[in-house]
Formats: sequence, C-alpha cells, structure tokens
Amino acid sequence: MEVTLSVRRFDPDADRPAPYFQDYTLDLDEGSVVLDGLIAIRERIDGTLALRCSCRSAICGSCAMRVNGQAMLACNTKIADAMASGGGSVVVEPAGNMQVIKDLVVDFAPFWDKVRAVRPWLQADGPAPGPDEEYVAPNEDMLHLAGVMACIMCGACVSDCTVLEVDERFLGPAALAKAYRFVADPRDDADRARLGELVEYGGVWDCTRCMQCVEVCPKGVDPMGRIMAMRDRAIEGGYDDSYGARHASAFTDMVEHSGRVDELRLPLKTKGMLNAPEMLKLLPVGLRAQLKGKRPPIIHRKNPGQDNVRRIFEKVES
Amino acid sequence: MRYAFYPGCVSRGAAPELFAATTAVCEKLGIELEFEPMRSASCTGSGVLQEKNLRLGDTLNARTFALAERTGLPLLNICSTCQGVMSQANQRLTSDAGYLASINEDLAEEGLEYRGTVDPRHLMWVIVEDVGLDSLRAQVTRPLTGFKVAPFYGCYIVRPTSALGFDERPERKDALERVIEAVGAEVVDFPGKTLCCGFPILTINETNSVKMVANHTLDAKKGGAQAMVTPCPLCHLNLDGYQPQAAASARQPIDLPIIHLPQLLGLALGIDPNAMRLNKHIVSTGKLLSDMALTP
Repeated sequence: MEVTLSVRRFDPDADRPAPYFQDYTLDLDEGSVVLDGLIAIRERIDGTLALRCSCRSAICGSCAMRVNGQAMLACNTKIADAMASGGGSVVVEPAGNMQVIKDLVVDFAPFWDKVRAVRPWLQADGPAPGPDEEYVAPNEDMLHLAGVMACIMCGACVSDCTVLEVDERFLGPAALAKAYRFVADPRDDADRARLGELVEYGGVWDCTRCMQCVEVCPKGVDPMGRIMAMRDRAIEGGYDDSYGARHASAFTDMVEHSGRVDELRLPLKTKGMLNAPEMLKLLPVGLRAQLKGKRPPIIHRKNPGQDNVRRIFEKVES
Repeated sequence: MRYAFYPGCVSRGAAPELFAATTAVCEKLGIELEFEPMRSASCTGSGVLQEKNLRLGDTLNARTFALAERTGLPLLNICSTCQGVMSQANQRLTSDAGYLASINEDLAEEGLEYRGTVDPRHLMWVIVEDVGLDSLRAQVTRPLTGFKVAPFYGCYIVRPTSALGFDERPERKDALERVIEAVGAEVVDFPGKTLCCGFPILTINETNSVKMVANHTLDAKKGGAQAMVTPCPLCHLNLDGYQPQAAASARQPIDLPIIHLPQLLGLALGIDPNAMRLNKHIVSTGKLLSDMALTP
C-alpha cells in the first residue's frame, strides 16, 4: 500500500533551526507499523532522520512518539489503523513534554531524574535476608503489582500529561506509578516516608485526573489509578491536611450529608475559613458570581430520600 | 423520546444557566424529561469521592442506575464528568456479576436492585444518536452561519475510550464538532479540545489550573474562535469563571465567551438568550449575541 508519513523534523545544528513537517511517500506492506515506515524512510529515502528504536516488539520502550497527536509506540501502531483514525493522514511527531534533541529523539534526562526522585528500590527494615533466603511476599499482592511492573518506561504517559504541559515540576505519571509500585509493595517499610514526600508540591495531588496517561499507556499500567490509590493511602495514613486531602474529604462529606456538592462551601472548607490570604483570593470570584446570579444557594438543601444515601455511606464505610 | 433526567449537581448550583437552557432546548426538540425519581439520586462522586472510596462511588452510581431502571426510561445526563464517572462505574458493575451482587446487597434495604441494563448517555450523544443531526438541522430556525466556534469536550466524555463505547459508536469521538456544524456554525479546531480545563485542581494548584484555561482559550482565539462550546459544566466553571484570572496570568485580554452546549443549540433553535441566562456568564456574551443580531 502507498502511504505518506508526515514527520516533524528538527535539527538544532541547522542554520535556522525551526521544526517543520516533511512528507515521505512510500510503498509498504498492509500490516506495516509506523516504525516500519520510519525505518524504511531512514534506510531508503533520508538517512538524516533521527529516531530511537530497538526491539520492535513493544518491550524496550524506545519508540514512544506522537502519531496523529497522541502518544503511542511506533512499533505497535499499524499505519492502516492510524490512517483510518486520522482521516487518511499519518502525522508523526516526537513525544511531548520533553525537549527535542533531533527529529523524533527527545531528552529523557528529566524523566529519569523524576523516576530516581521517588527512590525506586525496595527499602525494608530489619536484617537483609541471608544468602539462601529471600524477601517473601503474598502472591496476590505481587499479582496486583504486576500491572505496575509492566511499565516499560517509554514515556508515552509523560508525553501527553496535561499537568506537565503547564508545570515541569510535576513528578508525572510514570514516576508516580513507579512510586506506587513500592508504596504498595508489602516488603517495603518506607511507605509512610514515601507518602509524606508524595503529598508535597508536584506529587499525587497535582494530577488533574484527566486520564490521558490511562488512555495512552501501551501496557495498561493505569498511572492515574495508582495516583488515586496513593491519595487514598495518604489520607488513611494521616496526611490529611493538604488542600487535596481536604477537598476530597469535604466533597465526600457533602455527598453524605445532602447527596450533592455544595459549591459555595467546598472551596471554603478546602482552603479553611481562617486562611485569610486564600479567602481574600476567593472574594472577587464570589462577587463576580453574585453579580451574575451564579452564586450557589446559601441554603444547601438535601436531596429527597437522602437518608437512603446516608445509609449506603454507613454500610460501605463500615 | 422520554428520558430519566439526571441533572447533576452543577446545573442546580453554580451553573443554573445550564439547567434553564437544557429544559428549554429539550422541550423544543421533543425530548421529554422525567424528573422523578431521579431527584433523589446522589452526586456521581465526580472522581473525587472515588479517590477516597471507589466502592462507595460504585454503590451510589448503582443506586442511581437502579432508580433509572425503575422508570423503564433511558438515563440522560448533561455533564461530561457525570457521563464519564457513570460509564466507568457501569463498566465495573456490568462486567463482574459477583461485584454487582455484592453492591446490590447494600441497595436491598431501600428495595432497590440494579440489573445492569442502564446505558447512561449525555445530551450530546442523545442529540446525535436519538434526535439525529438531520432532524436537528431541520429544526434550526436561526442558523449560526459564519460563526466560528471552538469545541471543548471535557476529559471524561472522551477518555477512557474503553468505558465510553467508542468502539461500538465511533461517531461519539467527534460528536461535538458535528453538532456545531449541524447548527450552521464553523468549527475551530485546536489541540486542547480534548485536554483538561484544569478545574479538578483549581483549589489545589490554582496557578496550574488557570494556566490551562489561558492556554486553551488563547489557542482557540488564535484559531479565530468567537466562542467556545462545552458539554461539561465543570469545564464551564473554570473556562468562564476563571477566565479573568487566566487573562491576568497570561498578561493579555481573552474575552472568549464560553457557551454550554444546550445554549448553542437554543440559539439556533430560536430560544430567547435571556431565557437561557446567556446574560449571566462571567465572560460577557454581549458582543457575540449582538454580532448574531440578538440582544443579550
């Protein structure tokens, strides 16, 4: 089949470096993947095209890039599928949220720094096992963790993370999923210290829950689900005084009390009524809403039949 | 066309204009809304309650679905976030009979049981799938010809695709663009249309949240958008309500009116803008409406 790949090029050593798109038309087998096309370009048409790849089997995690605007592995993305979903075109770009070194090659240094920052190794108390012994963990716990351990560090989630787009200090989905792998490991004894760090700026509470990472992960790691699980563990572990934790708790209390969210009081309870600077910041928001008739009702009524909802809370939470 | 109507929290709180526009548009299009017994349905949990207790969230949504089942009517919602949270809960509930049975034990005291037959759907999908775009086109009395409108979906109505039935109904992927075109307006495409508005972290990291508002609204404006339309009232709260802060953080004016999906439909169907409370937005819709030769 004849296909045209539109590839974003960038050469920092060019006279006037600026990214541009270059179209390559080539003849490929029906079942070809995007990586086949890129390798064919490099070997047959244009040896200057830079890309990373190795295993061609979705194991090594080298070839994550954006195809038609979404991060994926070039080696397990069929060109025919990309054409079908992209209305005939196949636009190939480097992964997002990372500095482009050349063409489709991006700088992973900040990625690895963040993975290292979550101390991705087992920290167990007590004496290390002897030469003929090992750390023992229940099978079901490790089966659960296998989902996170499936991460191949390809960076697809980091590429499309909406928070990293506005704040490079966010640890990001890959590092946070790796953190969960140890927080939830029954052999690790540092989970409390880990959670104490993870509730700080750039940690679990800065995720917007937008699910980009869930959608683009080629291995089903579900980084956002892991971040949510760490929020729960952090609150349960007593780290309940961050804005995030207070927001989650106030929200849940409101649903228990009235069946729905009281938008007037939710920001007040999250920030704290005695938090003068934050209250001052909310003032113009409240005034504008008041002027436009958009202020939520002062008397927040319960839904009819709310006793039934409250009984569900009692049952499930007990 | 009759539906069990789930209005969600926001249309009865900080976005009363969404409620007003929805009821007016549904009446015009012959979409009958049954309010009982859904009035007693709780919040979906919005993904926030689920942070603390996923099973609790699933139980509350199973209760809502059981109430809808009792009416024998399809469930209609008007919020991308409600849609996504409901779809995800429904996927867990209907794919594991043992899990559903144990959830139903907690509903039994109220005499409710969820049988797994509900397919919750947003008004946007109902317009495309039940009303039909041809029928919508035929009912347009004031085509919005020449108006450039940027779509903004809200994360939960586009991800995760596995929970939202995109495989069976691929037309859901660009439903918003097709509705915009059906009322005669021109779609302004921009990269942020399926990304996050920033609302979920507004009280946690306002700086980042407001940056997202600035990026999306400015990108849409750069594409020539005169307005942005969203099926998600939470996105609306941020994109409209925090646009003044976004303009301050970007150090440039934005002034992009943010319109709820039913308001856009209502304008094309000849409904009075004030009846849809278009005069009650934080970012004024005045210029947009006067350009449309309508008085705000």
